[in-house]
Amino acid sequence: MTAHGGPNLPALIEIEHLTRRFGAFTAVDDVSFTVEKGEVLGFLGPNGAGKSTTMKMLAGFVTPTAGTARIAGHDIADAPVAAKRALGFLPEGAPTYPEMTVTGFLQFVARIRGFRGATLDEKVAAAMAQTQLEGVRLQPIETLSKGFKRRVGLAQALLHDPPVLVLDEPTDGLDPNQKHEVRELIRRMAPEKAIIISTHILEEVEAVCTRAIIIARGRILADAPPRDLLRPGHTLEQVFRELTLAREAA
Amino acid sequence: MGPMLTVARRELAGYFATPVAYVFIVIFLVLSGALTFTLGGFFNRGQADLQPFFNFVPWLFLFLVPALTMRLWAEERRLGTIELLLTLPLTQWQAVWGKFLAAWAFCAVALALTFPLWVTINALGNPDNGVVLAGYLGCLMVAGAYLAVGAALSAATKNQVIAFVLAVAACFLFAAAGSPIVTDFLSTRVPALAELARAVSVTERFNSFARGVVAARDVVFFASFIGFWLFLNAVVLDHRKAD
Repeated sequence: MTAHGGPNLPALIEIEHLTRRFGAFTAVDDVSFTVEKGEVLGFLGPNGAGKSTTMKMLAGFVTPTAGTARIAGHDIADAPVAAKRALGFLPEGAPTYPEMTVTGFLQFVARIRGFRGATLDEKVAAAMAQTQLEGVRLQPIETLSKGFKRRVGLAQALLHDPPVLVLDEPTDGLDPNQKHEVRELIRRMAPEKAIIISTHILEEVEAVCTRAIIIARGRILADAPPRDLLRPGHTLEQVFRELTLAREAA
Repeated sequence: MGPMLTVARRELAGYFATPVAYVFIVIFLVLSGALTFTLGGFFNRGQADLQPFFNFVPWLFLFLVPALTMRLWAEERRLGTIELLLTLPLTQWQAVWGKFLAAWAFCAVALALTFPLWVTINALGNPDNGVVLAGYLGCLMVAGAYLAVGAALSAATKNQVIAFVLAVAACFLFAAAGSPIVTDFLSTRVPALAELARAVSVTERFNSFARGVVAARDVVFFASFIGFWLFLNAVVLDHRKAD
């Protein structure tokens, strides 16, 4: 897709024929794509399209019914811990432990990720600086506003400076200024990482993504740079509606 | 090891960050003390031992331990943090054992806080402290057994009340299995089952600890009991984590 990954390096994210069924319902249906270093992939689709399930499978939380995925070359089924080490994941809704302080929570994540002593403090401080959390560092997470909670989740995902980032709705619940900050942050990190973000906000895709995948009913409907999805006289929103509504009617 | 202990540490700190720990410890101390001195006849027996105390511990744990384990996984599922925890670089085993060890350490703290009883009998007479130690070890084993059962059942549901009720029922089964009512009933009708009931009885084995007998086979029983239920916990977790 893009030239950033270099000719011989494998893509940082490789998804091959991923399928997930829940009973008779197929949430994700034979989805394959790769994301290379330097790419920011926008994952778009109506609610229930299979975005979150795909991301959960990639993160090793949901076991695929069929197919597989690799993160930085590590198979999520055969080498789950190695794959998870290379991944920063913001789950849907940015869950955190409410009774912990921001610092306590980030230290917990850093310790599980194997950091100790001065390195641990550095990593936690850097993650808080990137997400502007210093002002609330000693506050219990349950006392924070929705925007701050989301940024704690984001800080947790960025903490170990992973080569792969999977962020499920990273700007949900943020005010316009905070949205701008998070987009800037993603843009800054983009050259060094492979990033997938899911979102409902189409302007966000145009603002930060180098590529967009539109998914509905578990299948990929379009996979192209955002500007290529645009046809003359159509906004991205119109394209999205056309593609996904046609799919739902079918 | 590292991630497991990190999980255990966070979990244990979580108990003390909420009123759970304090309520549990206070209720445990009040009930065990009250039962020991009233129903147990601590003074009237005229013996310097902790038998009256040990008699009640398994029955107290029957209700208190499930109260501790009901939130273990159910809470993580409700908050969605299970998705965070299980996508961090640790194995499912490390998460299961970490949580179990935290709860076990917490029970050990609660038991340790009954030390005034031990001080009392040493002030009043010359107890066999080896027997007392064996009794405490037995209490810890029973706590571990109930914790493992409760943890596995907590992984099976999102609802804490269901987790609690199921755990009490399951623990009661293992507590009552060795009681004369059950074994007498079974031995007259299905003798084969009576043997089995005695074999899986937690109280039966606890009683030998309380008498001061630390038998290898009892320790092995508790170790494999805990191992089995935690294995079940991991299996259930794997199947139901994303539901």
